[in-house]
Amino acid sequence: MYAQMVKTARVGVKPRDEMTEQERAFQDRVDANEKIEPKDWMPDDYRRTLIRQIGQHAHSEVVGQLPEGNWITRAPTLERKAILLAKVQDEAGRGLYLYSAAETLGVSRDELIELLHQGRMKYSSIFNYPTLTWADVGAIGWLVDGAAIMNQVHLQRTSYGPYARAMVRICKEESFHQRQGYDIMMKMAFGTPEQKAMAQDALNRFWYPSLMMFGPPDQDSVHTAQSMAWKIKVATNDELRQKFVDQTVPQIEYLGLTCPDPDIRLNEETGHYDFTPPDWSEFFAVLKGNGPCNKDRMKARITAWEDGAWVREGMLAHARKKAAATAAAE
Amino acid sequence: MTGNVMAVECNTLFNWLLRLGDNTLVLSHRVSQWCGHAPVLEEDIALANTALDLIGQTQMWLNLAGEVEGKGRDADTLAYLRDAWDFRNLLLVERPNGDFGHTMMRQFLFDAWQNVLLNRLKDSTDPRVADIAEKAAKEAAYHLERSRGTVIALGDGTEESHARMQAALDALWDYVGEMFLDDQVDRAIADAGVGPLPSNLRDEWDGIVGAALNEATLTRPDSDFAQTGGKTGRHTEDLGYILAEMQFLQRAYPGATW
Repeated sequence: MYAQMVKTARVGVKPRDEMTEQERAFQDRVDANEKIEPKDWMPDDYRRTLIRQIGQHAHSEVVGQLPEGNWITRAPTLERKAILLAKVQDEAGRGLYLYSAAETLGVSRDELIELLHQGRMKYSSIFNYPTLTWADVGAIGWLVDGAAIMNQVHLQRTSYGPYARAMVRICKEESFHQRQGYDIMMKMAFGTPEQKAMAQDALNRFWYPSLMMFGPPDQDSVHTAQSMAWKIKVATNDELRQKFVDQTVPQIEYLGLTCPDPDIRLNEETGHYDFTPPDWSEFFAVLKGNGPCNKDRMKARITAWEDGAWVREGMLAHARKKAAATAAAE
Repeated sequence: MTGNVMAVECNTLFNWLLRLGDNTLVLSHRVSQWCGHAPVLEEDIALANTALDLIGQTQMWLNLAGEVEGKGRDADTLAYLRDAWDFRNLLLVERPNGDFGHTMMRQFLFDAWQNVLLNRLKDSTDPRVADIAEKAAKEAAYHLERSRGTVIALGDGTEESHARMQAALDALWDYVGEMFLDDQVDRAIADAGVGPLPSNLRDEWDGIVGAALNEATLTRPDSDFAQTGGKTGRHTEDLGYILAEMQFLQRAYPGATW
């Protein structure tokens, strides 16, 4: 999930009797599963929450280019290189249309980028972990994109039209991304002893951070209720996390790898896997900026933006000159 | 190959195909280094797309090279298991990225040349070559449209962007001449009608580049000096580092399947 801990602009669900007539009509539309479109009236808090969520999602796609981009020049075959390039290209493309979705709510891409660079907006905690071996590229596709799909499948039904439609497209790409990740893992898990060791090491490092992607436990998630009432959020953090674990454990077994959680086991009564929760103190530390790569990731993004300033200005200046010349000729 | 043309010796054709495949391979590597670091998101996408096209072309050229050589080597073996002196790419494509303007100037100088070349190769007497050229030319035309547009915009843009583009052009100009240099391999290829003589591509290239530079308000450097050697395996110091990075996994874990 690429949006975590998105602060709903209010705490708790607004009771119906406290709503204005307009707010009640809005809520009725949401309840009736109608899509809210950019020009429709919407509560300010709904708008603000969505901007945070879509913005965070867009930033995650953009920053998410970096850990995978780290291996493009070292991809082990031409085909793997091409697949990885295509995947990272997809991510940049999603960043683009998610920023566009946010723009329909009245905030520009440049404003959102500035907020990211000032540390006032976040991106997913997962991208603050390093990619140390080629198996990490597989683990990201398999686990990270796998976790993302869990959430994004639900978000196809989210109440805000442009976001829901973006998710439809993203889900198509994401399932391809996950398959290629699992394919890398299969090649390595069934490969040489060194490759299998790399695959196990990647699983060990990415398992708990992947569980963290769904955000804190429901009991600590104060923003969930209102977001769910607005259908900005469609399932709770714990529901999605459980679904992810249930889906992933058999895949780990198929690969012949060992889950780094020694206590994980199928609960015969519930039919779900019981598992050890991640270390939430690590999660909050990473969100605060103290993960292995936070500073490097932000430095890379800020440097790219600042080094690119002359390019953006040059392009704009040329466009203005051309427009002026066209106007003069008319 | 059709029967009515002079046969090219296998090793000559192999070497010539390596030149084509190594150009796209090494340039793709350079372009892909931008991933996640471009000035705007649209450029991230475009650069990744260019690198991706070039990888696809590499696979076609190097697989054909391996087939012609007949020693069981495929594109991956050729890309990952040769040392620098066996690479046959132009020096231009291995030059470091520099700033975005430098990267796009390098791309433009190459794209203009590649377009002229591929259009001629569509008429190659070797149908395998003509077939690859047909496919690659469509991508190359788009690359040229884009790099040409960028060079013009930034050359014409602000004082700073103009200065940076002129600096890029001046720095890369020494690597232009090699694209049009004829040697024994080229002459044998041209005699057999497989491909054009590089020197015959110059006029058309000059036309494309001259018009763009004019529109970009950039000055064509007044020098005929050319750094050469790439086509015969004498490279700049940069290629060794590119290969050390690119070939790392194949070298560290020989025989593994990925």
